[in-house]
Amino acid sequence: MFNQTPKMTDSLEVGSIVRQSFKRLSPQSLARNPVMMVVGTGTLVTALLGITHLTQGEPAALDFAICAILLFTVLFANGAESVAEARGKAQAGALRATRESLKARKIDIDGDRVREVPATTLRKGDRVLVKPNELIPADGEIVNGAATINESAVTGESAPVLREAGTDNSGVSAGTKVLSDDIVVEVTADPGNSLLDRMIALVEGAKRQKTPSELALSVLLAAMTLIFLIVVVTLVPFAGFVGADPSFSVLVALLVCLIPTTIGGLLPAIGIAGMDRAMRANVIAKSGKAVEVAGSIDTLLLDKTGTITLGDRKAIAFETVQGVAAGTLRDAALLTSLADPTPEGKSVVALARNQGSDVEASEGTDFIEFSASTRMSGIDMPDGRVLRKGATDAIRKFVTENGGHYPDETDRLVERVAKNGATPLVVAEADRVLGIIALSDVIKTGIKERFAKLREMGVKTVMITGDNPLTAAAIAAEAGVDDFVAEATPEQKLDIIRKEQAEGRMVAMMGDGTNDAPALAQADLGLAMNSGTQAAREAGNMVDLDSDPGKLLEVVEIGKQLLITRGSLTTFSLANDVAKYFAILPALFLSSLPALGVLNILNLSNPMNAVLAATIFNALIIPALIPFALKGVRYTPASATQLLRRNLLIFGLGGLLLPFPAIKALDLMLTVAL
Amino acid sequence: MNEVIIIYAVTLLLAWPLGKYIAGVFKGGTGTGGTIFLPLETGLYRLFGVDPSQPMSWQGYGKALLKLHLVLVLIVFGLLMAQGALFLNPDGIDGMSWDLALHTAVSFLTNTNQQHYSGQAQLSYLAHTFGIVTLQVVTPAAGMAALISIVRTLLSRSDKKPQTSSDGTISVGNFYEDITRAIVRVMLPVATVIALILASQGVPNTYEGAQTATPLDQTAGMAVQNIPIGPVAPMVAIKQVGTNGGGWYGPNSSVPLENPTPLSNFVETVSIVLIPAALVFALGFLTGRRRLALVVMGVMVLMSVSLTSVAIWSENQPNAAFAGLTVEGANLEGKEVRFGATATALWGSWTTQTSNGSVNGMHDSFNPIGGMIPMVDMFINVTFGGIGVGLIGYLLFLLLAAFLGSLMIGRAPEIAGKTLEAREMKLVCIALLIQPLLILGFSAITVAFPALTGNSNPGFHGISQVIYEYTSAFANNGSGFEGLGDDTVWWNVTCAVNLALGRFIPILAPLAIAASLAAKRSAPEGRGSLGIDTATFGLMTLAVIVMFTLLSFMPVLILGPIAETLALMS
Repeated sequence: MFNQTPKMTDSLEVGSIVRQSFKRLSPQSLARNPVMMVVGTGTLVTALLGITHLTQGEPAALDFAICAILLFTVLFANGAESVAEARGKAQAGALRATRESLKARKIDIDGDRVREVPATTLRKGDRVLVKPNELIPADGEIVNGAATINESAVTGESAPVLREAGTDNSGVSAGTKVLSDDIVVEVTADPGNSLLDRMIALVEGAKRQKTPSELALSVLLAAMTLIFLIVVVTLVPFAGFVGADPSFSVLVALLVCLIPTTIGGLLPAIGIAGMDRAMRANVIAKSGKAVEVAGSIDTLLLDKTGTITLGDRKAIAFETVQGVAAGTLRDAALLTSLADPTPEGKSVVALARNQGSDVEASEGTDFIEFSASTRMSGIDMPDGRVLRKGATDAIRKFVTENGGHYPDETDRLVERVAKNGATPLVVAEADRVLGIIALSDVIKTGIKERFAKLREMGVKTVMITGDNPLTAAAIAAEAGVDDFVAEATPEQKLDIIRKEQAEGRMVAMMGDGTNDAPALAQADLGLAMNSGTQAAREAGNMVDLDSDPGKLLEVVEIGKQLLITRGSLTTFSLANDVAKYFAILPALFLSSLPALGVLNILNLSNPMNAVLAATIFNALIIPALIPFALKGVRYTPASATQLLRRNLLIFGLGGLLLPFPAIKALDLMLTVAL
Repeated sequence: MNEVIIIYAVTLLLAWPLGKYIAGVFKGGTGTGGTIFLPLETGLYRLFGVDPSQPMSWQGYGKALLKLHLVLVLIVFGLLMAQGALFLNPDGIDGMSWDLALHTAVSFLTNTNQQHYSGQAQLSYLAHTFGIVTLQVVTPAAGMAALISIVRTLLSRSDKKPQTSSDGTISVGNFYEDITRAIVRVMLPVATVIALILASQGVPNTYEGAQTATPLDQTAGMAVQNIPIGPVAPMVAIKQVGTNGGGWYGPNSSVPLENPTPLSNFVETVSIVLIPAALVFALGFLTGRRRLALVVMGVMVLMSVSLTSVAIWSENQPNAAFAGLTVEGANLEGKEVRFGATATALWGSWTTQTSNGSVNGMHDSFNPIGGMIPMVDMFINVTFGGIGVGLIGYLLFLLLAAFLGSLMIGRAPEIAGKTLEAREMKLVCIALLIQPLLILGFSAITVAFPALTGNSNPGFHGISQVIYEYTSAFANNGSGFEGLGDDTVWWNVTCAVNLALGRFIPILAPLAIAASLAAKRSAPEGRGSLGIDTATFGLMTLAVIVMFTLLSFMPVLILGPIAETLALMS
């Protein structure tokens, strides 16, 4: 037997992060980030100034001190990116390591010959045979057979799941374990191109693409840097004109303090951390843009089953029409459900047995499976009895076609059951309606509060269900969704998405079936379930390894958190500048223009300490905010205006005020130390 | 104090109906006043051979705007150089040098009216009435047209599909229709009413040559006094109400002939802010975003009142030269005693907030803090601001605030449901960045090479003067700090560059942004999207404006007026 589950490691190595931080000092690496490029250049300039002063026998301590602080500023920024990258890669890397050691039983194209090959040689389209207790060697789709699979390696959930060829649950992931039955899996990705490989590429610096809002923000940061460059350079002639002679090193320090180093240094880390947070929620984003889009979603299309309700509907009651004995309906319901493997069907059997039914199907019975076109299932017995259960209109057609009469009373029963939020199934024997099975949906706990929060955030929720309009309305009201589409087909989802998009909304949906694929591709955010078909996984821009329909809500929050972190730290970074002006400008001119000493409102001890304190603050704030960047700013759902007010107060006003005491404290420490 | 409150109140009360009228004028179809003005406008369209019904792309609109300005600047430049040889020149005034003519032509072309000459002595009646006054009417109308076009394209409610121009791109309207309506239906009628009031107060209104008067007391040594007059009232009216600022006489509205009575001073002061404020209301009426208009107005009034209060307080302090003397009272140096410190400070503050630039006292003689206010006003330049361009400038800051604000509520950056991406942010940044670049850049060169630039003013005050001059040029304000020998080739040419770039880039970039945004799919504005018409967002925009100004200009303010104040105090 081969392919055993290996141990996973998940630790951050300090040494490698430090090495990475130094590696990123290379000009090519710095050039990716104009803000840090300026700081890097400033480091060199101050070093040169220091050396010049040394050779001229002038004091150079301040030059070297500033040089060292600037170097640390760049290193801290590099470190932030390295930490984020390492965290992201640790998660995905462990999974990748698993699959690289896997072997595969590859089936040759021409026939049934099976060869053992390393998993890394598998190409898209190859077919492999997987036996019980083996790990699946590559991402793929079951093309033959069905098996229970333990997906805990990817999802952390140890309960086995059923995956079957030709169904909407045919997708399997590399590294998961087959528990029963042989299956044939068709590989769906070339090596280096699997979902995890793509995810790892997204967090790795070199291949990382900037998202649209990241690009736009970079433009703003570059412009601010340019403005401060103009301000500081022109300050030289102005100062000279009034007889002041500012130190060039201090001018460099002023420039670095003014340009948005905080956000400039943390920007890459914030982006990586966003994807990492998605991965921690077991969602694999195919692009950074997908995570960002999640924050801007206006409309959520939610499948009722699994998202709003627990998914497994249970039969709770049988309701007969007049003139039919309770036992007749009960037995008929049981018989029609015998071959129905769904939880619903099983619950009908269980309810009937509980109520004392003991009928069995006799030899020669034909089972009629449920199909999407007939929307009925049932049984043709050897004695000629024809029993069916199904949706109201399907049974109406069936009864009428058999020359029977469909009683109005049935409609009333159906309506009563539906209004209570249960799904009615009508049971009929040939031309006669027997009664109704009431299937009850159990609404997930806490879902109503979640929808209330979404409404608070301005996100519209639309429930998609195959139920009849009455049941849908009852459940929609109970769960608190904004809108619902009843008796929906997968094709309708596409129409709904197009309609919402035409009105300018950003739409998110989750899906698993092949017929969901067009809608997943059309949606701004298409979250495919990992258990879904390959078509669905290809069409979506995110894949949920847990295949949990409720994940959509989490993804929206992760997207918002990412954007808020970016915006808030930008605001914070720019607001910090006021205090730095007050620290450095008086220091710059104190010796030549003593009258400007009044502006030293912090009463800093001396010009040198003032400059150092401001520069050290500017450097230290980067590592201090790394946890913020990685974890994301705390996000609690609220209306846009409330959120704006709160974040402006914390990061705008906070950013304005915080540096004053911080710089003062650093100045006091320097006074004691020097 | 009461007079200040009354003037604020009267201005805003008049701006409301005027704004409603302006919105009506541009509301499409024949617009408000069509029955009266349309025949005249149709005549003008025929005369110039333009088609007012043709939708234009933003490039087309911008080209039409630039083309008109190019023709105008060439005509006026030629006129100024040749005025000595032309008619309507009873006082025999000579033509201008090339650089002064260039600066003057560009200055009036950009609605700035920065003057490196003295009006009554260096301009013929022809140059004044046909050259200068034409520009004083046309250029505010051009600013208004650009604003209307931008607002219409950027902020119109999303349920209306944007119009497309002939080549399929987004239409921003028709420049010829917009500017013609602005001139015929807004600028001319409003200016006419004000001219009539001023004429009734005794402002000269004649084509006769200068008058000769015999002083009653000839002991001063002057036998006769030569008093230049002319069609002063209409020019003063349009200079006040069109955020122009260039007066008939060199000392502008401090001269009794431009501003003879308390009523004329009241009317002229109100005229400064009237149309810029009306345009804010017009934004609300035009787009249906009345709350947004009110919030913008609130922010502008807040900025205006704060800055004006400081100026008024400062000018009511004694002049530093009086220190140690027993004389108490306001700083009356360089002020008309008949207006007093408060009315002069109010004018000084408003005229710099609105890029008007007319004066009724000398800003150079303000106390240092009072002298700093006009400078800060011009750095900000969106406290009402110039006609059209002021509100356009405010919209740039609004875009910047919306960018940060959207991120801070967890949405991809957007404004009014349209996503702000790198392309738009580049344009916003260019339009914002050229301000410190040009003002600080040219000022730095000027102070770095005093010999080359002919800058002879030393110390902190020298910095203030240089910064003021370039800021006034860039802000298209036109007020002067004075005391600067500014009729030199260096000053004329560099100011002309500042004037032109400070005018056209902040108009064209937002026009491009508006067109670019209008082409995008627009999301419905709801609870979850950034509410740009909330007080919170208004305050955020204010904070963005203040921070941007502070961060760009704090060092020069410290080395200029603040250092001067501190030096005077110690």
